[in-house]
Amino acid sequence: MITFLNQHGSELIIKTWEQIYISAFAIILGIIVAVPLGILLTRYDKTAKYVMSITGMLQTIPSLALLALMIPIFGIGKVPAIVALFIYSLLPILRNTYIGMKKVNKNLLDAARGLGMTTMQSIFKVEIPMSMPIIMSGIRLSTVYVISWSTLASYIGAGGLGDFIFNGLNLYNPSLIIGGTIPVTILAILADYLLGIFEKKVTPKTKRSEV
Amino acid sequence: MQTAKEIISFQDVAKNYRGGNDAVENINITINEGEFVCLIGTSGSGKTTTMRMINRMIEPSRGKIIFKGKNLKTFDPVKLRRTIGYVIQNNGLMPHMTIKDNITLVPKLLKWSQDKMDRKATELIKLADLPESYLERYPAELSGGQQQRIGVVRALAADQDIILMDEPFGALDPITRDDLQDLVKHLQEELGKTIIFVTHDMDEALKLATHIVIMDSGHIIQDDTPDNILQHPASDFVKELLGEERLLQAQQNTLSVSDIMSKNPAKITLGQSLAEAIREMSLKHVDTLLVTDDNNKLKGFIDLETINDRYSKYSNVSDIYQPNRFKVKTTSYLRDTSERILKQGYKYVPVIDNDNNLIGIVTRASLVNIIYDAIWGSEELDNPEGIKLPDSIAKESDNA
Repeated sequence: MITFLNQHGSELIIKTWEQIYISAFAIILGIIVAVPLGILLTRYDKTAKYVMSITGMLQTIPSLALLALMIPIFGIGKVPAIVALFIYSLLPILRNTYIGMKKVNKNLLDAARGLGMTTMQSIFKVEIPMSMPIIMSGIRLSTVYVISWSTLASYIGAGGLGDFIFNGLNLYNPSLIIGGTIPVTILAILADYLLGIFEKKVTPKTKRSEV
Repeated sequence: MQTAKEIISFQDVAKNYRGGNDAVENINITINEGEFVCLIGTSGSGKTTTMRMINRMIEPSRGKIIFKGKNLKTFDPVKLRRTIGYVIQNNGLMPHMTIKDNITLVPKLLKWSQDKMDRKATELIKLADLPESYLERYPAELSGGQQQRIGVVRALAADQDIILMDEPFGALDPITRDDLQDLVKHLQEELGKTIIFVTHDMDEALKLATHIVIMDSGHIIQDDTPDNILQHPASDFVKELLGEERLLQAQQNTLSVSDIMSKNPAKITLGQSLAEAIREMSLKHVDTLLVTDDNNKLKGFIDLETINDRYSKYSNVSDIYQPNRFKVKTTSYLRDTSERILKQGYKYVPVIDNDNNLIGIVTRASLVNIIYDAIWGSEELDNPEGIKLPDSIAKESDNA
C-alpha cells in the first residue's frame, strides 16, 4: 500500500479531485433542475405522470451506453460525463421531491391557504420544510449512485478514479483496481454521511427535545 | 337583533363541479354581525362548501355573495383570507413552527413588527387559558385539546372579526369539546366576533348557535333561530335531525297550557246542592268538582271526602267548597305547570282566562299523555294494547 501511494500518490489526489468535481457538478445540476421541477409537477398532476415515466426510462439506459451516446453530441471529456450523470441523478431527486410534496398533510395546505398564504408562501413556508426529509433522501441516494457511476466516466476521457480501475483491468494490476475502488467507496460513504448531517440541519424541528 | 348589521349575504348561490350535480343550490343566507351561525347537515349536504365560499376557498358557479356591502369577488382572495379567521378540524397547526409562530402566522404575513406580534401571542395564549411558557413549544408537545385551543385563538391573531370553523371539535373527547365550545361562545358573546360554524352535531349547534341553517343534499332546509327550529321543524328531515327527545323537551318548554288542557272539567255551581254534586261525581267518575258561580267564574273546589264529612250538617255546595290554592292562565307555559303538578303532587290544576272564567283543567293524565305521545307515540300504533312503560317514564316525569 505504501508502495502504491509512493507510486501513485499525487495522481490519486488529482483523480479523486476529478471524481469529486464530476459527481458534484452532476448532482448540483440535478438538484437545480429536479427539485424545482418536482415542485412544479405537484401543481400539474397529469404532466407529472409523463415526466416521471420519461425520467424513469432514462434511468433504465445502461450507464455505459448512455456515456457512449453522449460522445456524438458533446464529444469526449468532462462535459458529456457530467451531462450523462446529471440525467441519472434526476429521477431519484425528482421522484422524492414530488412524493414528498404530495405527502404533506392536506390539512396543513388547507390551513395555509385558508389563513391567507399565497401559493409561493405555502410552498416555501410549509410544503418544502415539511417534505425536506424525503427530498434529502432522494438527494443522498442520487449522490451515492452518481459517485460510483462516475468511475465509468473515465471511459469517455473524463478522468477520475475510474482511470485507475480501467488501467488496472488492462494491465492485470489488482493493486490499481483496489487503489481506485477504495477511494470511490470512501467518497460515497463520506458524501452520504455529510449529507446526513446536512439533512438534520435543514429538517425543521417539531420538538424542543431534538435540540 | 333588528338593528344588527348585515355582514355576509348569499344571493341565489350555487356551486357545481364539472360533470357533477350541483354541490349546493339556491343558497340564500343572510348573516348579521355578532351572530353565531351553525351550518348543520349530514356529510355531503354542502355545508362545508357553503362555508368555504365565504373566504373564496371555493368560488360559486352562480349567484353572488355580498361581503360587508360589496361583492365578494371584488376582494383579493389572499388579502380577504387574512381578514377572516379560519379553524379546521385537525387544528391545522404547522408542526415545524412553535406555538408562538403558529399563533402569529397571519400577523407575520401582514408584516407586523416583532414587538406587536410578541404582545399578540402573549395575549392570545392567555385567552386560550394556557401558560405562557407554551409559546416556545411545538404543537406535537401539546394535547389534542390544547392544540385546538391554539387553532382557535390563531384565528383571532390579526383581529379578525369573522371566524369560519369547519367541524373544529369533531375529533375531541366530550369534556375537551365542552371546554372549547365555551371558549368559542365566549369569543362571540364577549368579543363580538361573528362565527360561522360547520357541524353535524345537533347538540353542539343548539348549544352555540344564535342562528341555525339546516342543509341537506345541497339545499337549505330551514334557516332560523334554534328556538324556532325546535318549535316549528320545517320537515320530517329536520325532526329526525333534532331527534324526538329534543322535540319533546322543546314542546314542554313552549307548549302553553291551553294546548293540552281538557276543555270540559267536571264542575258545579255554587247554588247547587250537595246531592247534585254527588250525582255529578258519580256520573263523571271523579272525586273532585270545580266550583264556579253562575257566570262561570272559578270559585274553588269540592271533593268527595269533604262532602262525606259534612253531609249531615250542610246541604249546599256554597257552604263547604274550598278555594283553589293553585290555578293557571291559559297562556301560561306548560313547563311551569307540569313542574307543579308532578313535583308538588297536585292532582290537577284548573285553567282560567284573564277574567277568572273557568276554561279547562290540566290533570296528571293529560301531562302523562304528552310525554307518552312524544316518546312512545309511534310504538303505540304498532302495539295498541298492553304496553308496559319502561321505568324511565317515572324519571322523565320528574324531570319535566
